[in-house]
Amino acid sequence: MKYRTPLSNVLGLGSSKTGVHHWWVQRLTAVALIPLTLWFAYAVVSQGLDFSSFESAREFIGQPIHALLLILLAFTMLHHSQLGIQVVVEDYVHGPLKVVGLIASKYAHIAAGVAAIYSIVVISVGPVS
Amino acid sequence: MQNPDRPLSPHLSVYRWQISNGLSILHRITGFVLATGAFLFTLWILSAAVSADYYDGVMAVLSSGFGLLIMFGYTFCFYYHLCNGIRHLGWDVGKGFEKATAVKTGIAVVVVSSALTLGSWAVLMGGVA
Repeated sequence: MKYRTPLSNVLGLGSSKTGVHHWWVQRLTAVALIPLTLWFAYAVVSQGLDFSSFESAREFIGQPIHALLLILLAFTMLHHSQLGIQVVVEDYVHGPLKVVGLIASKYAHIAAGVAAIYSIVVISVGPVS
Repeated sequence: MQNPDRPLSPHLSVYRWQISNGLSILHRITGFVLATGAFLFTLWILSAAVSADYYDGVMAVLSSGFGLLIMFGYTFCFYYHLCNGIRHLGWDVGKGFEKATAVKTGIAVVVVSSALTLGSWAVLMGGVA
């Protein structure tokens, strides 16, 4: 039995329009983050990534394979984070603040993503200024 | 027009707490914490691109006693969100929905993520790589 009227079918109104994309990208980024975050955790715990000094950190970040993996990690992590924060804001923030929160979160995540990727590129190609 | 005073369906305050909804809300809380961690990661990598002074400033905060406590918290949030995220991905493909199974995997997630947190810090503090 069909519950939708012909008019609603034609207008294409309903709940399932863009939500599927959000859900799906959240899963895709989640799966990608499993190996990326485990690699980073291994680098930290094995102390291949030595945080202790500016030079030792840059040496790790600047290696081509590390730089590539870090860019993928930064992009995927912040993308996944944005999708998650969006749901949290939608669930708990109401009224005009909701839209402000959603936009602020998106801007902040994009800014952080650009800053992280730019930093990794600068470290891997440029000399210390 | 929406009536803001309309009765709501069973809310948190009348919901009987059990392992499944406890772990579910913990997944959201750890996800939110990790979102702030993604920005901290960005700050750290940005500092490594800016200058040694800036890097040392960031690291002084992160490696202080309070900073390490925060990092310990992030470590648990990371491992928990990772393990429980894999549990969620299992549900997404229709696996592990049985009540008894869901409880078992839930307990396993808590045990494994706690062990990984303690293990990682034991390696880090002991200096054994």
